[in-house]
Amino acid sequence: MADPTASTTRVTAAGSPGATAAAGGDDGAAATDGGAASSPPEDVVTFTLDGRTVTAPKGEMLIAAAERAGTFIPRFCYHPRMASVGVCRMCLVEVSGPRGATLQPSCFVEVAEGAEVTTDSPKVKKAQDGVLEFLLVNHPLDCPVCDKGGECPLQDQTLAYGPGESRFVEEKRHFEKPIPISELVLLDRERCIQCSRCTRFAAEVAGEAQIDFAGRGELLEVATFPDHPFTSYFSGNTVQICPVGALTAAPYRFSARPWDLDQVESTCTTCAVGCRVAVQSSANRVTRLLGIDADPVNHGWLCDKGRFAYETVNGDQRLTEPLVRKDGRLVAVSWHEALAAAAAGLKAAAARAGDARRARSVGVLGGARLTNEAAYLWTRLAKGVLGTDSVDAQMADGLPGDLVAGLPRATIDEMVAADTVVVISGDLREELPVLFLRLLGAARAGKVSVIELAPQRSAITPSAAVSLRYRPGDVAAVARALVDDGAPVPDGIDPTALGRARELAGAPRVVVVLGRPTIAEHEGLVADAALTLTAALPGVRFLPALRRGNVHGAIDMGMAPGLLPGRVGLEEGRAWFAEAWGSVPSERGLDARAMLAALAGDDPGKPEALVVLGADPLSDFPDRAMAERALDAAGFLVAVASTPGPVVDRADVVLPAAAAHERAGTTTNVEGRVSRVAQKLVPPGQAWADWMIAVELAAHIGTELAPESVAAAWDEIERVAPAHRGLTHAMLDARGAEDGVVVPLGPGPARRPAPALLDPIAFPGIESVERQGAPPRAGLAEPPAPAPAPATGATPGTGAETEPEGTARPPILALPAGVDAPHVAPTDAYTHRLTVGRRLYDLGDAVSSSPSLARLVEATALRVSPHDLDDLGVGPGDRIRLRTATTSIDVEVDVDPMLPRKVVAADWNVPLGEVTAGVLVDGRHPVVEVRLESIP
Amino acid sequence: MAITEAPKIVTARMGHPDSHTLERYLATGGYEGLRKALTMTPEAVAAEVDAASLLGRGGAGFPAGRKWSMLRKNPVSYLVVNGDESEPATFKDHLLVERDPHQLIEGVLIAAYALQVSQAFIYLRGEFALGLERVQAALNDAYDHGAVGEDIFGSGFSIDLVVHPGAGAYICGEETALIESLEGKRGFPRIKPPFFPAAIGLYGEPTVVNNVETMSNLPWIMLHGGAAFAALGEGKSTGTRLFALAGHVRHPGVFEIEMVKTTFADLIFAPVLGGGIPGDRQLKAFIPGGVSAPWFGPEQVDLPLGQDEVAGAGSMLGSGSVVVMDEDTCAVRAAWRITRFFARESCGQCTPCREGSGWLERIMARIESGHGREEDLDLLLDACDNIAPGLTWPPQQTTICVLGPSIPSSIGSAIKMFRDEFLVHIKEGGCPFG
Repeated sequence: MADPTASTTRVTAAGSPGATAAAGGDDGAAATDGGAASSPPEDVVTFTLDGRTVTAPKGEMLIAAAERAGTFIPRFCYHPRMASVGVCRMCLVEVSGPRGATLQPSCFVEVAEGAEVTTDSPKVKKAQDGVLEFLLVNHPLDCPVCDKGGECPLQDQTLAYGPGESRFVEEKRHFEKPIPISELVLLDRERCIQCSRCTRFAAEVAGEAQIDFAGRGELLEVATFPDHPFTSYFSGNTVQICPVGALTAAPYRFSARPWDLDQVESTCTTCAVGCRVAVQSSANRVTRLLGIDADPVNHGWLCDKGRFAYETVNGDQRLTEPLVRKDGRLVAVSWHEALAAAAAGLKAAAARAGDARRARSVGVLGGARLTNEAAYLWTRLAKGVLGTDSVDAQMADGLPGDLVAGLPRATIDEMVAADTVVVISGDLREELPVLFLRLLGAARAGKVSVIELAPQRSAITPSAAVSLRYRPGDVAAVARALVDDGAPVPDGIDPTALGRARELAGAPRVVVVLGRPTIAEHEGLVADAALTLTAALPGVRFLPALRRGNVHGAIDMGMAPGLLPGRVGLEEGRAWFAEAWGSVPSERGLDARAMLAALAGDDPGKPEALVVLGADPLSDFPDRAMAERALDAAGFLVAVASTPGPVVDRADVVLPAAAAHERAGTTTNVEGRVSRVAQKLVPPGQAWADWMIAVELAAHIGTELAPESVAAAWDEIERVAPAHRGLTHAMLDARGAEDGVVVPLGPGPARRPAPALLDPIAFPGIESVERQGAPPRAGLAEPPAPAPAPATGATPGTGAETEPEGTARPPILALPAGVDAPHVAPTDAYTHRLTVGRRLYDLGDAVSSSPSLARLVEATALRVSPHDLDDLGVGPGDRIRLRTATTSIDVEVDVDPMLPRKVVAADWNVPLGEVTAGVLVDGRHPVVEVRLESIP
Repeated sequence: MAITEAPKIVTARMGHPDSHTLERYLATGGYEGLRKALTMTPEAVAAEVDAASLLGRGGAGFPAGRKWSMLRKNPVSYLVVNGDESEPATFKDHLLVERDPHQLIEGVLIAAYALQVSQAFIYLRGEFALGLERVQAALNDAYDHGAVGEDIFGSGFSIDLVVHPGAGAYICGEETALIESLEGKRGFPRIKPPFFPAAIGLYGEPTVVNNVETMSNLPWIMLHGGAAFAALGEGKSTGTRLFALAGHVRHPGVFEIEMVKTTFADLIFAPVLGGGIPGDRQLKAFIPGGVSAPWFGPEQVDLPLGQDEVAGAGSMLGSGSVVVMDEDTCAVRAAWRITRFFARESCGQCTPCREGSGWLERIMARIESGHGREEDLDLLLDACDNIAPGLTWPPQQTTICVLGPSIPSSIGSAIKMFRDEFLVHIKEGGCPFG
């Protein structure tokens, strides 16, 4: 049984299997920011703790101050990431006061100068004993069949602090058990100890009070509201922080005992926030993911998609062997044969294109789900070996790669410490859920003022200071009006709200969260808006809200036209990379939109072959019809994929790739934070890690790429990629760097926070597995890197082999001076503009192949403003005809009072009647104009 | 000791069947205290109440004037009147609310003027159907009369008064739970410190919370002066006080009695008051101040009805409820019924009270039904000790509010005074009283 009094360091580091995390000590790992000595806090309080003199910052709660001083006070309701409520009474200690020493809840009492605090007196012991005995009065003690058994704070603290035996002989309280409170979470009210962690999480952290207490006395129970299940995207967190087995997760229930699990610490790559997770597995299957409290990133929270999408990896719909199309059918072949076929096809394509079109000969689409190392090697294969620059990790649903690479970046911590946050993006709760939590927390605490620019409401709208609802196509014009009093104000923008927004935008610290407010608006317009803000607001910084897995790492590794690894432009980096790689593309290539348009239109400049890296343009590219025509027209199609799908169905060669948790390396989040992803499982069948596929394919084409390990690949990145200069493999693996390191490194020494302690009561299930879980099995994790240089050897690039000599290292990209924002024609009185947002649970691969999540995908309706509905003479639930330039569909409508007039809203890649919104978007136009007609 | 001829301060009008109407109120000096107060400075009004040494009538017995003067250093935002009288056998506010609502309203207005608040709330127990109707009707009449609202009686002082019904939870009589409830939340008591209403009260603002009876005394004090009030009673316990007499007496009811001058024996046995125990049975025990209070036996029956006097003997005057138990009363059953009340009314927030109350209730029920064990007596006391460490009076507590440490009062008293009765239950396997 775990000793709840002991906090341990984090999960055993990935890449060093068997290394036991050592507790405490080693302050040498803690360095300071920019070398500045940390000054003592201004207000320090000195008090006595069990006879010792202890200091703590003023305002700190006693329980936290004692913990830092090495005295663990038992607790249930207290959670370091939520406000105290002081209800479980487990943390009672004796505090001296005017009326002598009294029992006080240490989670609710601030440290006070001169106070005498006793945590181990007989009176305290008796109170703790009593509380534990009371808690067990109605607790069913069904530990042998409880998921929490073995990692249960109630079990552990009863052992450490409780009476050995209960004196309770009566009948316990009974409830029906368990009851589902959502599709994902079940509630066992008999086990509940009413600590209110779950209800507080829902109300305070997620901002959705969908669960609350009902009843009173010992019949106090957590309940949902009638007919309103606990549908929060963050419901899994309540399961993780529940200090007993009252809340259990449907996908995990009864699947394991903690002592049968082993784990590695990794980074979730379901979206681009980069939440730190403990990946726990048994028998080469992921059993569950638990959030790790990474201070700069996720604070321990995960979204349900990130938490449960591991079902995809475990699924039986996996590609396990290489396939080659023979006589029109895909046939399983050896890796050698498949690679040879792919190499031959790509070489032939290059030959067809000839030298003149070499930079556009082969199109490489996708790459956002690769590790940084794989993205780098695929970039090197495409740009250095094949010589093509038509590489794009995005599907025209993001932002131009060179804009993203050039944006002055903010971290998440800087966002929540800003004065004003301008959100120009889709609904963050749907796209980057935990980033949303961080922003929501700051906005609700009044720490930041949020200005929202979007055609439709989002989950941040109720907490925003100002929401500017604009018509798709107007984003750049609204941005100009925001920073320039003289600029014309687009139709429909409320002048009062704009005035307020202008005031807030004038604050000293402004951070812009920049994504795509609607997919049905050309990314060039958003880029134009970003440049307008940069020019007008000195010191403004950005968090690019691109959502897909490692899309930021892919862009940083050069997976966009005109880019090279390390945020370098093609022209600026030409000499440097030519020396490092042998060659670079002769000119800028095509982006995804241009590639697909050229293929679909049979343009003479089209790519002669297409390599699709774990992407699905049919789902993700805004114009589904165009994507379909393009894939059908591809002369030679190579699919690198983990699961079957429409791209694999059309491919000439299929190369099976390892999925998340099956490969090691690094990933990069929205901040540019590089953190480790760990391998926990052996890939199924013959699937290989993507980096290895790139190396072997290059070899079959006739070029040896040097790296023979992920570690060596990173070393090469560190040597040649300017933005990653100095971030050595050793630094990434160092203790204290678990939360990742933001690139490019600042001028001073890299920030190396002291190792975060894991509070086993705050985040149960991680520390216990660490202590008692199965030992890591040999051969699963990445082999240890060759003896790393000492941590202080972070001095950039000394004596590296492939480092170009005699060529100046190119500079990191600056923002482009301007962008080619498309012209948006004015609309007429009969036309509506379409806005398309995203939903967390969509028809994409991660959700569809996770059974628990797939059933959460909802059918949607076309949302229309009340005025427009009146004009049409229809009401919510009625059907109307929606006509675009190319198609016409009949859909159900719903009313959305927060939509501007003449704007209709749909969601991307979810059922919209019998189709999805993908059929409505025409990739050739910057906005989507539609007409609404009543059905005759 | 004797029954004094002290004036009736809060029950003077009760003899009239229309005592709740504005007409009767005005005909009997109604709103004169308020008119007088409005001619004085707020400080002078507060000083008058301070001079009366009016102890709060809600249970804690804190001097109202002192409460105000502490607050008047900082501006108070709200005045809240606690009319959530829900304890078993406590029904004195019930009478004031139903029979003299204008007197309550006038008292609230005087207090509001003294505190210079412009918004006050009367929180009434939801089950007071008639009381709610009458207070609301009286409030409407008072608005029409110009006593409430803008520029009352042309004084320039404006005040709005809102009547808010509770939803049936005893715990909302605890002032911070009442405030939560008033804010529209569950009635969970807040942690003090820091949530003393005076500092962080309703909507986070400094708030005064006073009891219905306390407020109802103010019109008389304004008319007759604080000194006249202080001349009644003795020591700290000044004026008259309402006592709700219940249990085994011939004339249960509410009696207004001058404090200290009268004894429990007078209250229970005097023909004009309780009239003695029916059937001339012997007094077994009585609860001097509501079911939260430790019990007294016949040997304490001559104690005067004074706050310090009762406290000195190890209990409290509390809510002004006196419950009489005659010799045929089963002490185990009585203590069990009280425990059951607390178990059902615990808000469920704190572990010791939520789980302890239910556990204690189960043990008491087991003993009463003849399934007790001798070791249960120590167990009861030890479990009580885990809610109220030391089982001292006044109690210490491991809980947020005082509901928890109220539970041990009756159990501890019953065991201390009638241990043999428990043992009979256990040995004979049933209740000897049938």
